[in-house]
Amino acid sequence: MGKVVFKIGNDVSTDIIYPGRFMATLLPTETPQYAFADDVEFSKKLRAGEILKGSIVVAGQNFGCGSSREQAASCLKGYDLIIVARHFSRIFLQNSINLGLQTIICPDIEADEGNELEIEPEYVQNKTTGGKFKIVPLPKARQAIIDAGGLVPYTKALLLRRMQK
Amino acid sequence: MGMTYVQKVLAKACGKSLVAHGDVVEPEVHLAMSHENGALVMNQFAEIYKDTGIDAKIWNPDRIAIILDHRVPAESSKTATNQKKIREFVAKQGIKKFHDIRGDEGGICHQILPEYGYVRPGYVVVGTDSHTTSHGALGAFAFGIGATEMASVWALGNILNVEVPGTIKVNVNGKFPAYVGAKDLILYLIGRLTAEGANFKVLEFHGETIRKMSTSGRLTICNMSVEAGATSGIVPPDEETLNYLKNIAGIRGKIEIYGPDKDAEYEQVIDIDVSRLGPQIACPHTVDNIKPVEEVTGKKVQQIVIGSCTNGRLDDLETAANILKGKKVALGTRMLIFPASWRIYQEAMKKGYLSILAEAGAVICNPGCGPCLGIHQGALGDQETALATTNRNFKGRMGNPNAEVYLCSPEVAAASAITGVISDPRAGGR
Ligand code: SF4
Repeated sequence: MGKVVFKIGNDVSTDIIYPGRFMATLLPTETPQYAFADDVEFSKKLRAGEILKGSIVVAGQNFGCGSSREQAASCLKGYDLIIVARHFSRIFLQNSINLGLQTIICPDIEADEGNELEIEPEYVQNKTTGGKFKIVPLPKARQAIIDAGGLVPYTKALLLRRMQK
Repeated sequence: MGMTYVQKVLAKACGKSLVAHGDVVEPEVHLAMSHENGALVMNQFAEIYKDTGIDAKIWNPDRIAIILDHRVPAESSKTATNQKKIREFVAKQGIKKFHDIRGDEGGICHQILPEYGYVRPGYVVVGTDSHTTSHGALGAFAFGIGATEMASVWALGNILNVEVPGTIKVNVNGKFPAYVGAKDLILYLIGRLTAEGANFKVLEFHGETIRKMSTSGRLTICNMSVEAGATSGIVPPDEETLNYLKNIAGIRGKIEIYGPDKDAEYEQVIDIDVSRLGPQIACPHTVDNIKPVEEVTGKKVQQIVIGSCTNGRLDDLETAANILKGKKVALGTRMLIFPASWRIYQEAMKKGYLSILAEAGAVICNPGCGPCLGIHQGALGDQETALATTNRNFKGRMGNPNAEVYLCSPEVAAASAITGVISDPRAGGR
Protein backbone atom coordinates (compact mmCIF):
# COMPACT_ATOMS: atom_id res chain seq x y z
CA MET A 1 0.00 0.00 0.00
CA GLY A 2 1.30 3.41 -0.89
CA LYS A 3 0.07 6.95 -0.87
CA VAL A 4 -0.27 9.14 -3.95
CA VAL A 5 2.08 12.01 -3.21
CA PHE A 6 2.06 13.69 -6.60
CA LYS A 7 -0.33 13.73 -9.52
CA ILE A 8 0.61 15.04 -12.95
CA GLY A 9 -0.92 15.07 -16.43
CA ASN A 10 -0.01 13.84 -19.90
CA ASP A 11 3.29 14.14 -21.78
CA VAL A 12 5.45 14.85 -18.74
CA SER A 13 8.87 15.19 -20.36
CA THR A 14 12.28 14.33 -19.01
CA ASP A 15 12.92 18.09 -18.97
CA ILE A 16 10.26 18.30 -16.24
CA ILE A 17 11.46 15.23 -14.34
CA TYR A 18 15.12 16.16 -14.55
CA PRO A 19 15.77 19.60 -16.10
CA GLY A 20 18.51 19.73 -18.72
CA ARG A 21 20.52 22.30 -16.81
CA PHE A 22 21.43 19.64 -14.23
CA MET A 23 22.62 17.16 -16.81
CA ALA A 24 26.25 17.57 -15.87
CA THR A 25 25.31 15.70 -12.71
CA LEU A 26 25.39 12.09 -13.72
CA LEU A 27 25.86 9.64 -10.89
CA PRO A 28 22.70 7.91 -9.60
CA THR A 29 23.74 8.79 -6.06
CA GLU A 30 23.75 12.52 -6.88
CA THR A 31 20.73 12.92 -9.16
CA PRO A 32 17.83 12.70 -6.65
CA GLN A 33 18.40 16.27 -5.42
CA TYR A 34 17.17 17.55 -8.81
CA ALA A 35 14.08 15.38 -9.24
CA PHE A 36 11.20 17.58 -10.47
CA ALA A 37 13.42 20.56 -9.65
CA ASP A 38 11.10 23.07 -11.33
CA ASP A 39 8.09 21.93 -9.32
CA VAL A 40 9.14 23.93 -6.31
CA GLU A 41 6.69 22.43 -3.84
CA PHE A 42 7.14 18.74 -4.64
CA SER A 43 10.89 18.95 -5.01
CA LYS A 44 11.10 20.66 -1.62
CA LYS A 45 9.17 17.83 0.01
CA LEU A 46 11.39 15.25 -1.66
CA ARG A 47 14.57 16.94 -0.55
CA ALA A 48 13.28 17.43 2.98
CA GLY A 49 12.72 13.68 3.27
CA GLU A 50 8.98 14.16 3.77
CA ILE A 51 8.09 11.56 1.16
CA LEU A 52 8.12 7.95 2.33
CA LYS A 53 9.78 5.25 0.25
CA GLY A 54 7.20 3.40 -1.83
CA SER A 55 5.09 6.51 -2.29
CA ILE A 56 3.28 6.82 -5.59
CA VAL A 57 3.37 9.32 -8.44
CA VAL A 58 0.31 9.11 -10.69
CA ALA A 59 0.71 10.33 -14.26
CA GLY A 60 -1.18 10.43 -17.53
CA GLN A 61 -0.11 9.33 -21.01
CA ASN A 62 3.42 9.28 -22.33
CA PHE A 63 5.22 9.81 -19.02
CA GLY A 64 8.94 10.42 -19.51
CA CYS A 65 8.80 11.52 -23.14
CA GLY A 66 11.75 13.32 -24.63
CA SER A 67 15.40 12.84 -23.92
CA SER A 68 17.12 9.54 -23.18
CA ARG A 69 18.75 11.01 -20.07
CA GLU A 70 18.88 8.23 -17.52
CA GLN A 71 19.00 10.78 -14.71
CA ALA A 72 15.21 11.06 -15.10
CA ALA A 73 14.85 7.46 -13.92
CA SER A 74 17.71 7.43 -11.42
CA CYS A 75 16.54 10.59 -9.63
CA LEU A 76 13.14 8.98 -8.92
CA LYS A 77 14.70 5.64 -8.05
CA GLY A 78 16.69 7.49 -5.40
CA TYR A 79 13.46 8.07 -3.46
CA ASP A 80 12.08 4.61 -4.29
CA LEU A 81 9.00 6.17 -5.79
CA ILE A 82 6.54 4.02 -7.72
CA ILE A 83 5.27 5.53 -10.97
CA VAL A 84 1.76 4.58 -12.01
CA ALA A 85 1.03 6.05 -15.44
CA ARG A 86 -1.52 5.59 -18.18
CA HIS A 87 1.40 4.93 -20.46
CA PHE A 88 5.13 5.52 -20.60
CA SER A 89 7.46 6.71 -23.29
CA ARG A 90 9.70 3.90 -24.57
CA ILE A 91 13.17 5.05 -23.53
CA PHE A 92 12.06 6.16 -20.07
CA LEU A 93 10.32 2.83 -19.46
CA GLN A 94 13.38 0.94 -20.57
CA ASN A 95 15.68 3.05 -18.37
CA SER A 96 13.39 2.50 -15.39
CA ILE A 97 13.44 -1.25 -15.83
CA ASN A 98 17.21 -1.19 -16.27
CA LEU A 99 17.63 0.73 -13.01
CA GLY A 100 14.93 -1.07 -11.04
CA LEU A 101 12.55 1.91 -10.77
CA GLN A 102 9.07 0.50 -10.38
CA THR A 103 6.78 1.51 -13.26
CA ILE A 104 3.17 0.41 -13.50
CA ILE A 105 1.24 0.79 -16.77
CA CYS A 106 -2.36 1.40 -15.81
CA PRO A 107 -4.31 2.92 -18.74
CA ASP A 108 -7.47 3.79 -16.77
CA ILE A 109 -5.98 4.84 -13.45
CA GLU A 110 -8.06 7.35 -11.49
CA ALA A 111 -6.44 8.62 -8.32
CA ASP A 112 -5.80 11.89 -6.57
CA GLU A 113 -3.12 13.10 -4.23
CA GLY A 114 -3.68 11.63 -0.79
CA ASN A 115 -5.38 8.45 -2.07
CA GLU A 116 -4.04 5.11 -0.86
CA LEU A 117 -3.28 2.62 -3.63
CA GLU A 118 -2.74 -1.11 -3.38
CA ILE A 119 -0.68 -2.47 -6.26
CA GLU A 120 -1.57 -6.09 -6.94
CA PRO A 121 -0.14 -8.27 -9.70
CA GLU A 122 -2.95 -7.50 -12.14
CA TYR A 123 -4.77 -4.52 -10.67
CA VAL A 124 -4.25 -1.24 -8.93
CA GLN A 125 -6.87 -0.77 -6.21
CA ASN A 126 -7.68 2.70 -5.05
CA LYS A 127 -8.49 2.04 -1.38
CA THR A 128 -9.75 5.58 -0.89
CA THR A 129 -12.28 5.66 -3.74
CA GLY A 130 -12.89 1.92 -4.18
CA GLY A 131 -11.79 2.01 -7.83
CA LYS A 132 -10.03 -0.98 -9.37
CA PHE A 133 -7.89 -0.56 -12.51
CA LYS A 134 -6.24 -3.16 -14.72
CA ILE A 135 -2.47 -3.22 -15.13
CA VAL A 136 -0.91 -3.79 -18.54
CA PRO A 137 2.14 -6.05 -18.18
CA LEU A 138 5.55 -4.54 -18.91
CA PRO A 139 7.12 -5.54 -22.26
CA LYS A 140 7.70 -9.29 -22.05
CA ALA A 141 11.20 -8.99 -23.45
CA ARG A 142 12.21 -7.09 -20.36
CA GLN A 143 10.93 -9.50 -17.74
CA ALA A 144 14.26 -11.28 -17.35
CA ILE A 145 15.95 -7.95 -16.58
CA ILE A 146 13.33 -7.07 -13.99
CA ASP A 147 13.75 -10.49 -12.40
CA ALA A 148 17.52 -10.01 -12.21
CA GLY A 149 17.02 -6.71 -10.38
CA GLY A 150 18.17 -4.50 -13.23
CA LEU A 151 20.43 -4.48 -16.24
CA VAL A 152 23.75 -4.22 -14.39
CA PRO A 153 23.32 -7.54 -12.52
CA TYR A 154 21.75 -9.08 -15.62
CA THR A 155 24.67 -8.17 -17.89
CA LYS A 156 27.18 -9.09 -15.20
CA ALA A 157 25.74 -12.62 -15.01
CA LEU A 158 25.68 -12.93 -18.78
CA LEU A 159 29.27 -11.79 -19.06
CA LEU A 160 30.41 -14.33 -16.48
CA ARG A 161 28.54 -17.09 -18.30
CA ARG A 162 30.11 -16.11 -21.64
CA MET A 163 33.56 -16.11 -20.03
CA GLN A 164 33.12 -19.61 -18.70
CA LYS A 165 32.37 -20.99 -22.16
CA MET B 1 4.42 -12.62 -45.42
CA GLY B 2 7.22 -10.20 -46.31
CA MET B 3 9.29 -8.09 -43.94
CA THR B 4 9.35 -4.35 -43.31
CA TYR B 5 12.68 -2.56 -43.64
CA VAL B 6 13.39 -2.79 -39.93
CA GLN B 7 12.54 -6.47 -39.79
CA LYS B 8 15.04 -7.08 -42.57
CA VAL B 9 17.78 -5.12 -40.80
CA LEU B 10 17.12 -6.95 -37.55
CA ALA B 11 16.99 -10.37 -39.22
CA LYS B 12 20.41 -9.77 -40.76
CA ALA B 13 21.87 -8.43 -37.52
CA CYS B 14 20.68 -11.59 -35.74
CA GLY B 15 21.80 -13.99 -38.46
CA LYS B 16 18.23 -15.07 -39.08
CA SER B 17 16.28 -15.27 -42.32
CA LEU B 18 13.06 -14.01 -40.80
CA VAL B 19 11.88 -12.03 -37.81
CA ALA B 20 8.30 -11.00 -37.07
CA HIS B 21 6.74 -8.13 -35.16
CA GLY B 22 6.90 -8.95 -31.44
CA ASP B 23 9.80 -11.41 -31.66
CA VAL B 24 12.44 -10.84 -29.03
CA VAL B 25 15.88 -10.55 -30.61
CA GLU B 26 19.42 -9.61 -29.58
CA PRO B 27 20.95 -7.99 -32.67
CA GLU B 28 24.62 -7.23 -33.05
CA VAL B 29 25.35 -3.51 -32.83
CA HIS B 30 27.29 -1.90 -35.68
CA LEU B 31 27.71 1.47 -34.05
CA ALA B 32 27.21 2.66 -30.48
CA MET B 33 27.31 6.43 -29.98
CA SER B 34 27.55 8.56 -26.85
CA HIS B 35 28.29 12.19 -26.12
CA GLU B 36 29.12 13.79 -22.76
CA ASN B 37 26.84 11.25 -21.11
CA GLY B 38 29.53 8.75 -22.02
CA ALA B 39 30.84 9.65 -18.57
CA LEU B 40 27.75 8.00 -17.04
CA VAL B 41 28.08 5.04 -19.40
CA MET B 42 31.68 4.65 -18.16
CA ASN B 43 30.41 4.57 -14.60
CA GLN B 44 27.80 1.89 -15.33
CA PHE B 45 30.32 -0.04 -17.43
CA ALA B 46 32.63 -0.17 -14.41
CA GLU B 47 29.70 -1.34 -12.26
CA ILE B 48 29.07 -4.26 -14.61
CA TYR B 49 32.66 -5.45 -14.30
CA LYS B 50 32.96 -4.80 -10.58
CA ASP B 51 33.84 -7.96 -8.60
CA THR B 52 33.90 -10.13 -11.71
CA GLY B 53 37.66 -10.39 -11.97
CA ILE B 54 37.27 -9.65 -15.69
CA ASP B 55 39.22 -6.82 -17.29
CA ALA B 56 36.80 -4.04 -18.30
CA LYS B 57 37.49 -3.90 -22.04
CA ILE B 58 34.99 -2.66 -24.62
CA TRP B 59 33.92 -5.50 -26.88
CA ASN B 60 34.99 -3.66 -30.03
CA PRO B 61 36.37 -0.12 -29.70
CA ASP B 62 36.06 0.41 -33.47
CA ARG B 63 32.30 0.36 -33.15
CA ILE B 64 32.11 3.02 -30.48
CA ALA B 65 31.78 6.70 -31.32
CA ILE B 66 32.04 9.44 -28.73
CA ILE B 67 31.34 13.01 -29.71
CA LEU B 68 31.62 15.93 -27.31
CA ASP B 69 28.85 18.31 -28.27
CA HIS B 70 26.39 19.11 -25.52
CA ARG B 71 28.44 21.60 -23.57
CA VAL B 72 31.34 22.69 -25.73
CA PRO B 73 33.61 24.35 -24.87
CA ALA B 74 32.84 23.37 -21.29
CA GLU B 75 30.67 25.82 -19.37
CA SER B 76 31.73 24.63 -15.92
CA SER B 77 34.51 22.84 -14.15
CA LYS B 78 32.19 19.89 -13.58
CA THR B 79 31.57 19.45 -17.30
CA ALA B 80 35.25 19.97 -18.08
CA THR B 81 36.16 17.25 -15.60
CA ASN B 82 33.64 14.84 -17.13
CA GLN B 83 35.05 15.61 -20.56
CA LYS B 84 38.57 15.00 -19.27
CA LYS B 85 37.54 11.61 -17.88
CA ILE B 86 36.05 10.72 -21.26
CA ARG B 87 39.33 11.62 -23.01
CA GLU B 88 41.27 9.39 -20.64
CA PHE B 89 38.84 6.51 -21.15
CA VAL B 90 38.93 6.93 -24.94
CA ALA B 91 42.72 6.76 -24.92
CA LYS B 92 42.78 3.74 -22.61
CA GLN B 93 40.19 1.79 -24.60
CA GLY B 94 41.59 2.73 -28.02
CA ILE B 95 38.41 4.39 -29.29
CA LYS B 96 39.21 6.07 -32.60
CA LYS B 97 35.82 7.51 -33.52
CA PHE B 98 36.25 10.24 -30.93
CA HIS B 99 35.47 13.85 -31.77
CA ASP B 100 36.85 16.29 -29.29
CA ILE B 101 36.29 20.03 -29.06
CA ARG B 102 38.02 21.03 -32.27
CA GLY B 103 37.26 23.39 -35.13
CA ASP B 104 38.30 20.88 -37.76
CA GLU B 105 36.31 17.80 -36.83
CA GLY B 106 33.87 18.64 -34.06
CA GLY B 107 30.13 19.08 -34.12
CA ILE B 108 26.82 17.67 -33.00
CA CYS B 109 26.84 13.89 -32.75
CA HIS B 110 23.95 13.39 -35.17
CA GLN B 111 25.75 15.40 -37.79
CA ILE B 112 29.19 13.87 -37.24
CA LEU B 113 28.00 10.27 -37.63
CA PRO B 114 26.68 10.72 -41.18
CA GLU B 115 29.42 13.17 -42.23
CA TYR B 116 32.19 10.77 -41.29
CA GLY B 117 30.53 7.72 -42.80
CA TYR B 118 30.14 6.01 -39.42
CA VAL B 119 26.57 5.02 -40.29
CA ARG B 120 25.62 2.88 -43.26
CA PRO B 121 22.47 1.33 -44.64
CA GLY B 122 21.46 -1.82 -42.81
CA TYR B 123 23.37 -0.95 -39.64
CA VAL B 124 21.93 -1.33 -36.17
CA VAL B 125 22.88 1.92 -34.43
CA VAL B 126 22.26 2.78 -30.81
CA GLY B 127 23.02 6.05 -29.11
CA THR B 128 22.60 7.48 -25.64
CA ASP B 129 20.54 10.25 -27.14
CA SER B 130 16.91 10.18 -28.14
CA HIS B 131 17.53 11.82 -31.51
CA THR B 132 19.65 8.87 -32.60
CA THR B 133 16.59 8.25 -34.80
CA SER B 134 18.29 10.73 -37.19
CA HIS B 135 20.43 8.00 -38.69
CA GLY B 136 17.43 6.28 -40.19
CA ALA B 137 17.99 8.88 -42.91
CA LEU B 138 20.82 6.65 -44.16
CA GLY B 139 18.86 3.43 -43.89
CA ALA B 140 20.09 2.35 -40.47
CA PHE B 141 17.84 1.08 -37.70
CA ALA B 142 18.91 3.69 -35.18
CA PHE B 143 17.41 4.35 -31.78
CA GLY B 144 18.06 5.99 -28.46
CA ILE B 145 18.89 4.08 -25.29
CA GLY B 146 19.88 4.96 -21.74
CA ALA B 147 23.37 4.94 -20.30
CA THR B 148 23.08 1.60 -18.47
CA GLU B 149 21.81 -0.06 -21.63
CA MET B 150 24.79 1.40 -23.46
CA ALA B 151 27.17 0.07 -20.82
CA SER B 152 25.70 -3.35 -21.49
CA VAL B 153 26.30 -2.90 -25.23
CA TRP B 154 29.90 -1.83 -24.58
CA ALA B 155 30.39 -5.06 -22.65
CA LEU B 156 28.54 -7.51 -24.88
CA GLY B 157 28.39 -6.10 -28.40
CA ASN B 158 24.72 -6.67 -28.83
CA ILE B 159 21.59 -5.13 -27.52
CA LEU B 160 19.61 -7.37 -25.24
CA ASN B 161 15.96 -8.23 -25.43
CA VAL B 162 14.74 -6.04 -28.26
CA GLU B 163 11.15 -6.56 -29.25
CA VAL B 164 10.83 -6.28 -33.04
CA PRO B 165 8.71 -3.14 -33.44
CA GLY B 166 5.68 -2.70 -35.65
CA THR B 167 5.97 -0.23 -38.52
CA ILE B 168 3.83 2.66 -39.72
CA LYS B 169 4.30 3.36 -43.42
CA VAL B 170 4.24 7.04 -44.34
CA ASN B 171 3.75 7.76 -48.05
CA VAL B 172 4.62 11.32 -48.97
CA ASN B 173 3.82 12.66 -52.41
CA GLY B 174 3.57 16.00 -54.18
CA LYS B 175 5.94 18.93 -54.63
CA PHE B 176 6.62 21.27 -51.71
CA PRO B 177 5.37 24.81 -52.33
CA ALA B 178 7.92 27.62 -52.03
CA TYR B 179 9.13 28.24 -48.45
CA VAL B 180 7.84 24.85 -47.30
CA GLY B 181 10.00 21.78 -46.74
CA ALA B 182 11.04 18.76 -44.72
CA LYS B 183 10.64 20.48 -41.34
CA ASP B 184 7.05 21.44 -42.09
CA LEU B 185 6.32 17.89 -43.22
CA ILE B 186 7.58 16.31 -40.01
CA LEU B 187 5.88 18.92 -37.80
CA TYR B 188 2.62 18.27 -39.63
CA LEU B 189 3.03 14.50 -39.22
CA ILE B 190 3.76 14.80 -35.49
CA GLY B 191 0.66 16.94 -35.09
CA ARG B 192 -1.35 14.26 -36.82
CA LEU B 193 0.13 11.31 -34.94
CA THR B 194 0.41 13.12 -31.55
CA ALA B 195 3.41 12.90 -29.23
CA GLU B 196 2.81 9.24 -28.51
CA GLY B 197 1.12 8.11 -31.72
CA ALA B 198 4.14 6.13 -32.81
CA ASN B 199 5.34 5.02 -29.35
CA PHE B 200 7.23 1.69 -29.66
CA LYS B 201 6.80 1.83 -33.46
CA VAL B 202 8.93 2.65 -36.47
CA LEU B 203 8.06 5.25 -39.10
CA GLU B 204 9.11 4.08 -42.56
CA PHE B 205 9.07 6.88 -45.13
CA HIS B 206 8.19 6.35 -48.77
CA GLY B 207 6.86 8.24 -51.77
CA GLU B 208 8.06 10.52 -54.50
CA THR B 209 8.66 13.50 -52.17
CA ILE B 210 11.00 11.44 -50.01
CA ARG B 211 12.84 10.00 -53.01
CA LYS B 212 13.52 13.53 -54.23
CA MET B 213 14.50 14.80 -50.79
CA SER B 214 18.16 15.42 -49.94
CA THR B 215 19.82 13.49 -47.13
CA SER B 216 19.77 16.73 -45.16
CA GLY B 217 15.95 16.83 -45.34
CA ARG B 218 15.75 13.14 -44.51
CA LEU B 219 17.91 13.72 -41.45
CA THR B 220 15.41 16.37 -40.34
CA ILE B 221 12.40 14.07 -40.61
CA CYS B 222 14.09 11.04 -39.05
CA ASN B 223 15.54 13.25 -36.29
CA MET B 224 12.09 14.38 -35.23
CA SER B 225 10.35 11.01 -35.61
CA VAL B 226 11.05 10.45 -31.92
CA GLU B 227 8.79 13.43 -31.15
CA ALA B 228 5.87 11.25 -32.22
CA GLY B 229 7.25 8.63 -29.83
CA ALA B 230 8.76 6.52 -32.63
CA THR B 231 11.56 4.10 -31.79
CA SER B 232 13.05 5.03 -35.12
CA GLY B 233 12.32 6.86 -38.35
CA ILE B 234 13.70 5.27 -41.50
CA VAL B 235 14.10 6.15 -45.14
CA PRO B 236 14.92 2.97 -47.07
CA PRO B 237 18.22 3.71 -48.83
CA ASP B 238 18.42 4.68 -52.51
CA GLU B 239 20.63 6.48 -55.04
CA GLU B 240 20.59 9.66 -52.94
CA THR B 241 21.87 7.69 -49.93
CA LEU B 242 24.69 6.20 -51.98
CA ASN B 243 25.60 9.59 -53.40
CA TYR B 244 25.73 11.12 -49.92
CA LEU B 245 27.88 8.31 -48.57
CA LYS B 246 30.31 8.57 -51.50
CA ASN B 247 30.46 12.33 -51.98
CA ILE B 248 29.98 13.73 -48.49
CA ALA B 249 31.02 10.88 -46.20
CA GLY B 250 33.82 9.81 -48.53
CA ILE B 251 33.11 6.09 -48.34
CA ARG B 252 34.83 4.07 -51.02
CA GLY B 253 33.84 0.59 -52.07
CA LYS B 254 30.51 -1.08 -52.57
CA ILE B 255 27.59 -0.38 -50.28
CA GLU B 256 24.79 -2.89 -50.26
CA ILE B 257 21.27 -1.52 -50.13
CA TYR B 258 17.85 -3.11 -50.01
CA GLY B 259 14.29 -2.08 -49.31
CA PRO B 260 11.35 -3.63 -47.49
CA ASP B 261 9.52 -6.53 -49.12
CA LYS B 262 6.63 -5.61 -51.38
CA ASP B 263 4.22 -7.62 -49.25
CA ALA B 264 5.50 -6.32 -45.91
CA GLU B 265 2.88 -5.94 -43.22
CA TYR B 266 2.34 -2.44 -41.81
CA GLU B 267 0.34 -1.52 -38.75
CA GLN B 268 -0.92 1.63 -40.36
CA VAL B 269 -0.43 3.50 -43.61
CA ILE B 270 -0.49 7.30 -43.70
CA ASP B 271 -0.68 9.22 -46.98
CA ILE B 272 0.41 12.84 -47.13
CA ASP B 273 0.25 15.21 -50.09
CA VAL B 274 2.63 18.11 -49.49
CA SER B 275 1.62 20.18 -52.49
CA ARG B 276 -0.78 22.22 -50.36
CA LEU B 277 1.19 22.15 -47.10
CA GLY B 278 2.06 25.49 -45.54
CA PRO B 279 4.64 26.38 -42.88
CA GLN B 280 3.90 24.62 -39.59
CA ILE B 281 4.65 25.77 -36.04
CA ALA B 282 4.91 23.67 -32.87
CA CYS B 283 3.50 25.81 -30.08
CA PRO B 284 4.43 25.59 -26.38
CA HIS B 285 4.85 23.28 -24.53
CA THR B 286 4.52 20.10 -26.59
CA VAL B 287 5.89 19.26 -30.00
CA ASP B 288 2.52 17.92 -31.17
CA ASN B 289 0.81 21.25 -30.52
CA ILE B 290 1.03 22.08 -34.22
CA LYS B 291 -0.61 25.06 -35.87
CA PRO B 292 -0.33 26.50 -39.38
CA VAL B 293 1.85 29.61 -39.28
CA GLU B 294 -1.15 31.86 -40.06
CA GLU B 295 -2.57 31.12 -36.62
CA VAL B 296 0.46 32.42 -34.74
CA THR B 297 1.80 35.22 -36.92
CA GLY B 298 2.37 38.43 -35.01
CA LYS B 299 3.55 36.73 -31.82
CA LYS B 300 6.52 38.71 -30.48
CA VAL B 301 9.79 36.79 -30.06
CA GLN B 302 12.89 37.82 -28.17
CA GLN B 303 15.15 35.04 -29.44
CA ILE B 304 15.43 33.30 -32.78
CA VAL B 305 17.59 30.23 -33.08
CA ILE B 306 18.71 28.50 -36.25
CA GLY B 307 20.76 25.40 -35.73
CA SER B 308 20.83 22.00 -33.98
CA CYS B 309 20.89 18.47 -35.32
CA THR B 310 17.47 19.15 -36.82
CA ASN B 311 18.15 22.22 -38.96
CA GLY B 312 21.73 23.37 -38.64
CA ARG B 313 23.02 22.11 -41.97
CA LEU B 314 24.43 23.97 -44.95
CA ASP B 315 21.12 24.18 -46.82
CA ASP B 316 19.44 25.57 -43.70
CA LEU B 317 22.07 28.28 -43.36
CA GLU B 318 21.80 29.03 -47.08
CA THR B 319 18.04 29.45 -46.72
CA ALA B 320 18.51 31.83 -43.81
CA ALA B 321 21.21 33.80 -45.63
CA ASN B 322 19.03 34.17 -48.73
CA ILE B 323 16.19 35.59 -46.68
CA LEU B 324 18.35 37.85 -44.50
CA LYS B 325 20.67 39.16 -47.23
CA GLY B 326 20.78 42.94 -47.00
CA LYS B 327 18.23 42.95 -44.16
CA LYS B 328 18.54 43.45 -40.42
CA VAL B 329 17.47 41.43 -37.42
CA ALA B 330 14.70 43.42 -35.71
CA LEU B 331 15.66 45.50 -32.69
CA GLY B 332 14.67 43.76 -29.48
CA THR B 333 15.24 40.35 -31.06
CA ARG B 334 18.43 38.35 -30.78
CA MET B 335 19.25 35.85 -33.45
CA LEU B 336 21.56 32.94 -32.73
CA ILE B 337 23.00 30.66 -35.40
CA PHE B 338 24.70 27.44 -34.44
CA PRO B 339 25.79 25.22 -37.31
CA ALA B 340 25.55 21.47 -36.75
CA SER B 341 29.24 20.82 -37.33
CA TRP B 342 32.49 22.62 -37.90
CA ARG B 343 32.61 21.27 -41.42
CA ILE B 344 29.31 23.00 -42.09
CA TYR B 345 30.58 26.12 -40.31
CA GLN B 346 33.63 26.23 -42.55
CA GLU B 347 31.62 25.64 -45.73
CA ALA B 348 29.11 28.32 -44.73
CA MET B 349 32.03 30.63 -44.07
CA LYS B 350 33.53 30.00 -47.51
CA LYS B 351 30.19 30.49 -49.22
CA GLY B 352 29.68 33.77 -47.39
CA TYR B 353 26.52 32.73 -45.52
CA LEU B 354 28.01 33.45 -42.13
CA SER B 355 29.02 36.98 -43.03
CA ILE B 356 25.58 37.71 -44.50
CA LEU B 357 24.00 36.50 -41.27
CA ALA B 358 26.44 38.38 -39.04
CA GLU B 359 25.97 41.57 -41.06
CA ALA B 360 22.24 41.20 -40.52
CA GLY B 361 22.92 41.14 -36.79
CA ALA B 362 22.88 37.41 -36.03
CA VAL B 363 25.30 35.95 -33.49
CA ILE B 364 27.21 33.02 -34.92
CA CYS B 365 27.78 30.49 -32.14
CA ASN B 366 30.17 27.60 -32.31
CA PRO B 367 28.79 24.24 -33.45
CA GLY B 368 27.39 22.15 -30.62
CA CYS B 369 24.08 21.77 -28.86
CA GLY B 370 24.25 25.22 -27.29
CA PRO B 371 20.88 26.97 -27.11
CA CYS B 372 18.95 23.82 -28.08
CA LEU B 373 18.96 22.69 -24.50
CA GLY B 374 19.90 26.01 -22.97
CA ILE B 375 22.40 24.63 -20.52
CA HIS B 376 25.30 26.45 -21.79
CA GLN B 377 24.47 29.37 -24.06
CA GLY B 378 21.38 31.10 -25.32
CA ALA B 379 19.22 30.56 -22.24
CA LEU B 380 15.93 32.49 -22.14
CA GLY B 381 14.84 35.08 -19.59
CA ASP B 382 11.60 34.79 -17.63
CA GLN B 383 8.49 35.30 -19.79
CA GLU B 384 10.57 35.43 -22.95
CA THR B 385 9.58 33.69 -26.16
CA ALA B 386 11.89 31.91 -28.55
CA LEU B 387 11.32 30.71 -32.09
CA ALA B 388 13.73 27.93 -33.02
CA THR B 389 14.50 25.42 -35.73
CA THR B 390 15.37 22.88 -33.03
CA ASN B 391 13.24 19.86 -32.18
CA ARG B 392 11.85 20.31 -28.67
CA ASN B 393 9.75 22.96 -26.98
CA PHE B 394 9.11 21.31 -23.63
CA LYS B 395 8.72 23.51 -20.60
CA GLY B 396 12.22 24.24 -19.36
CA ARG B 397 13.87 23.63 -22.72
CA MET B 398 16.30 26.44 -23.53
CA GLY B 399 17.10 26.63 -19.87
CA ASN B 400 14.04 28.34 -18.38
CA PRO B 401 10.70 26.86 -17.25
CA ASN B 402 9.22 30.37 -17.23
CA ALA B 403 9.81 30.92 -20.92
CA GLU B 404 8.25 29.49 -24.06
CA VAL B 405 9.62 27.97 -27.23
CA TYR B 406 7.98 27.72 -30.66
CA LEU B 407 9.47 25.40 -33.28
CA CYS B 408 9.61 26.09 -37.01
CA SER B 409 11.53 25.76 -40.26
CA PRO B 410 14.60 27.87 -41.15
CA GLU B 411 12.40 29.82 -43.58
CA VAL B 412 10.00 30.89 -40.84
CA ALA B 413 12.84 31.60 -38.40
CA ALA B 414 14.69 33.84 -40.87
CA ALA B 415 11.57 35.72 -41.98
CA SER B 416 10.61 36.28 -38.34
CA ALA B 417 14.07 37.58 -37.45
CA ILE B 418 13.47 40.54 -39.72
CA THR B 419 10.13 41.45 -38.17
CA GLY B 420 10.68 40.37 -34.56
CA VAL B 421 7.34 38.58 -34.61
CA ILE B 422 6.40 35.14 -35.93
CA SER B 423 6.01 35.73 -39.66
CA ASP B 424 4.96 33.82 -42.72
CA PRO B 425 7.94 33.53 -45.08
CA ARG B 426 5.57 33.35 -48.04
CA ALA B 427 4.67 36.96 -47.35
CA GLY B 428 8.27 38.02 -47.94
CA GLY B 429 9.14 38.36 -44.28
CA ARG B 430 6.59 41.10 -43.66
S1 SF4 C 1 21.22 19.76 -30.92
FE1 SF4 C 1 19.65 19.55 -29.36
S2 SF4 C 1 18.42 17.79 -29.97
FE2 SF4 C 1 20.34 17.73 -31.15
S3 SF4 C 1 21.69 16.39 -29.96
FE3 SF4 C 1 22.06 18.48 -29.29
S4 SF4 C 1 20.70 18.79 -27.54
FE4 SF4 C 1 19.98 17.00 -28.62
